[in-house]
Amino acid sequence: MGLEAEYEIPVLTTTVEKMVQWARRSSIWPVTFGLACCAIEMMAMSCSRYDIARFGAEVFRGSPRQSDLMIVAGRLSRKMAPALRRIYDQMPEPKWVISMGACASIGGVFDNYAIVQGVDQVVPVDVYVPGCPPRPESLIYGIVQLQQKIARQHLA
Amino acid sequence: MDGPALIALLQQAVPGATVESAPSIDLHTSVYVSRDHVLDVARVLRDAANLRFAFLAELTAVDVWPREPRYEVVYVLVSIEHRLRLRMKVRLHGADAHLATVSGIWPAANWLEREVWDLFGIVFDGHPDPRRLLMPEDWEGFPLRKDSPVQIRRPPHVAEALQVTEEEFAANVERDRLTRRG
Repeated sequence: MGLEAEYEIPVLTTTVEKMVQWARRSSIWPVTFGLACCAIEMMAMSCSRYDIARFGAEVFRGSPRQSDLMIVAGRLSRKMAPALRRIYDQMPEPKWVISMGACASIGGVFDNYAIVQGVDQVVPVDVYVPGCPPRPESLIYGIVQLQQKIARQHLA
Repeated sequence: MDGPALIALLQQAVPGATVESAPSIDLHTSVYVSRDHVLDVARVLRDAANLRFAFLAELTAVDVWPREPRYEVVYVLVSIEHRLRLRMKVRLHGADAHLATVSGIWPAANWLEREVWDLFGIVFDGHPDPRRLLMPEDWEGFPLRKDSPVQIRRPPHVAEALQVTEEEFAANVERDRLTRRG
């Protein structure tokens, strides 16, 4: 647009929407919420070997009030479902949910009375990550997919 | 002490009780005890000087549906003093599934009996705290019964989020502030 030439200093031009999308997708803070063995892979993803800090999502928060993302890592029992919903409700908007692994997505091998057959019955899910459990690379791929989704979300 | 000697001792100590040997594939002594005499037999097992089964290692149940009597409540007892183990079983009919609690004799039975009630629906008469232990509070049915469905297609119960308006929120904060000051 010629602003760079006009002011003779380094300037980048963009839109507010693109700026906000960039800010949101570059600092996804997940809530610390591990339910089962998938949580071990989630921890591995956040540690130095796989290092989710490269994608700006390494700050696992102990409080849902400070979180943008809930990674449902493991099978959700019916008794736990109200607690999960409550933590989700406590997260401020905008917020996203990754359903990690077969159990969280469809119940997995636990097709029984005690386990919720898919957390999308309880909270709206943005990205499903398949696997039993998914490798850390899979979950990183899921987070990258979520980043691309956030980059497509309009402000109004 | 072997099985027959133990049975003879119990029958002598608790008149009227039916105590008979139960099949076992391991080396544990197993006995069936009649339902009405569980409490008396348990007290003898714990207190008799040559038994002293002071440790209730496990209390659980078995459902052999559709055979009757369908339930077996199993007590695994250990005598640390005499290095004995005993498996005591009580058979119960499905239509009449209740027996006396032993939580007054072995306090460890309190939660174990809650668990058995929660999962099998066997009532323990006189239990001091007969609440569910594992299943959600609003659960219907007893999932470890053999005629209970394994797969249920029912939406999960989720509590709705608390909805308050800005004015209600402010009023709550104000009330909280006033009560704290008082």
